[in-house]
Amino acid sequence: MSILVNKDSKIIVQGITGSEGQFHAGQMLEYGTQVVAGVTPGKGGQQTLDNRVPVFNSVEKALEQTGADTSIIFVPPPFAAEAVIEASYAGIKVVVCITEGVPVHDMVKVKKVVDQNGTRLIGPNCPGIITVDECKLGIMPGFICKKGNIGVISKSGTLTYEAIAQLVNVGLGQTTAIGIGGDPIIGTTMKDCIELFEADPDTKGIVVIGEIGGQMEIEAARWAKDNVSKPMVGFIAGQTAPPGRRMGHAGAIVSGGDDTAEAKMRILGECGIAVAESVADIGNLMKAAMEK
Amino acid sequence: MKIHEYQAKKIFANFGMPVQDGYVFENIEEAESTIRRVQKDFNTEDVVVKAQIHAGGRGKGGGVKYSPNFDKAIQNAKNILGMNLVTHQTGEKGQLVRKVYVTEAFDIAEEYYAAITLDRGKGMDVFMISSEGGVEIEKVAAETPEKIVKVWIDPLLGMKSFQARKLAYGLNLSGDAFKAAMKIFMQMYHAYQSIDATIVEVNPLILTTDGRIIVLDAKVNLDDNALFRHKDISDMRDFDEEDPMEVEAGKFSLNYIKLDGNVGCMVNGAGLAMATMDIIKLAGGEPANFLDVGGTASAETVKNGFRIILSDENVKAVLINIFGGIVRCDRVANGVVQAVKELGLKVPVVVRLEGTNAKEAQGILAKSGVDIIPAIGMKDAAQKVVNVALGN
Repeated sequence: MSILVNKDSKIIVQGITGSEGQFHAGQMLEYGTQVVAGVTPGKGGQQTLDNRVPVFNSVEKALEQTGADTSIIFVPPPFAAEAVIEASYAGIKVVVCITEGVPVHDMVKVKKVVDQNGTRLIGPNCPGIITVDECKLGIMPGFICKKGNIGVISKSGTLTYEAIAQLVNVGLGQTTAIGIGGDPIIGTTMKDCIELFEADPDTKGIVVIGEIGGQMEIEAARWAKDNVSKPMVGFIAGQTAPPGRRMGHAGAIVSGGDDTAEAKMRILGECGIAVAESVADIGNLMKAAMEK
Repeated sequence: MKIHEYQAKKIFANFGMPVQDGYVFENIEEAESTIRRVQKDFNTEDVVVKAQIHAGGRGKGGGVKYSPNFDKAIQNAKNILGMNLVTHQTGEKGQLVRKVYVTEAFDIAEEYYAAITLDRGKGMDVFMISSEGGVEIEKVAAETPEKIVKVWIDPLLGMKSFQARKLAYGLNLSGDAFKAAMKIFMQMYHAYQSIDATIVEVNPLILTTDGRIIVLDAKVNLDDNALFRHKDISDMRDFDEEDPMEVEAGKFSLNYIKLDGNVGCMVNGAGLAMATMDIIKLAGGEPANFLDVGGTASAETVKNGFRIILSDENVKAVLINIFGGIVRCDRVANGVVQAVKELGLKVPVVVRLEGTNAKEAQGILAKSGVDIIPAIGMKDAAQKVVNVALGN
């Protein structure tokens, strides 16, 4: 078991003929992921990636021909929002949007549409999802993961890799790791992912990695306090970030109140999550929590 | 992206909003003619002289002065242009005033607050007004939250008249002023949407003694990710208001923010970059910067990042922390070697490389002969870099 994607997930790559799409679709195939189709308007009928993947003009067409249920988007920022909406209306169940730099006004509308249609959107501006040894729906390096029983949720890409590497170092593998993205508006929240991991029988422990800005970590922690039975470890990046400065991610900005690292760490702790003061302690803390 | 008050008002005026307007000057020689022109064109004796910097709290800091006549206006203009304006938003260092806005003046009966921004939790834009304007809204929110009225706007429908009505009622307006405020709120929402703003704020919005509603001050921040579709607004960017090193870094697609510490750091990914700063602090050092080299760091980006970090004289040591996913560590290592050879090794450099091709990268660094300090894991890296920064 795992969450969101597994070995049976059939995947469409939107923007497969672009350089990013080409490279990562190839990497996903290599990992054993079922990439069944690509979509690039105007290039329908072609074959790509050494004739392994057919290209279609629309998501609707690709879905009709291949029975795909999942999509990953490598479309440039001006067109990314529409790509998500197209996938949602075509009936795709899980959409990962890798694209960085999607305008926030676009995302506000997209969020409303995917919520109405019941589409599960991950991202944008995220590394995607990996269910270890089954499906890599993203841009993370698959080889760093090891199959096991920890679920990983993170706002940040490379910090997800860091957490995975530390888990592996202490002998803990992962079920699924999800990068939810660091933009102000994202499709799936930290709380949503915790809920999925709590319901997954194979996941025995959960790592959550947040950062400054917004209230998502707090909302997740408060929910987890009453609803999660599995041990959890948390880390919040940005303890040294000055207020009012956007730290890379569009959403990572301290604007006052509860969105500082300090406040979030305190509230996570109050909600029963083992909080790593130092990023280097994530693996050890999870190990300790699992041995309890 | 931030813009000045006078630019924000120009945008508002284009959307039909009634703004307090005037002209801007940058050289003291233009002060007289600018003031005269405002007096003539706006048919007024008294004017307001306003410092233009990208920070709030200008009035309290002495950067906004009511001037009843020409002589007083000239005196204020001379004092404000070139002053180092310190406000609660500029920090202690303050900001040099390079532009001065001379505007018409109004007799104020009431001051209100109006703003639109994103409510991240609800995933909707929120329009807020308050009958308490001209003061910090955070203070109103903390002390008298009942004086703030909010409406959340359906992104697929846009703002509706009933919502604008609710806001105008919230200011206890009636008659022509009520209608004027409603219209301004609709125009303000239209502006917010059309220009991809992240915040539009009018503080204060005023009711004049003769019953008009006027935008007296304006703040507009724009979504950097949407500037590609607003060429005219991108041109409003004022590089003088930004840190020159951050501007330089931006040219190479590097995300750099200067801080006050002595340990420089170069990292791939925003989250890992923040975590690296944090662990430097935990190890007893102070981060000198945030620097995210992005997902496609090449030898060239590494070199430029290195150069920018080293141009900060406070930097006593540098930590390079790369977790290679798409980024291949061997390429980063080549970039480091090349940068050190070209720029020289002015301060000790600690390098931690993990992930894709990390072994090859360590080989490259070892063979290169450059005097860098290898580290394994973030804790080790942070301790090493802080030790060398402190001269141990």
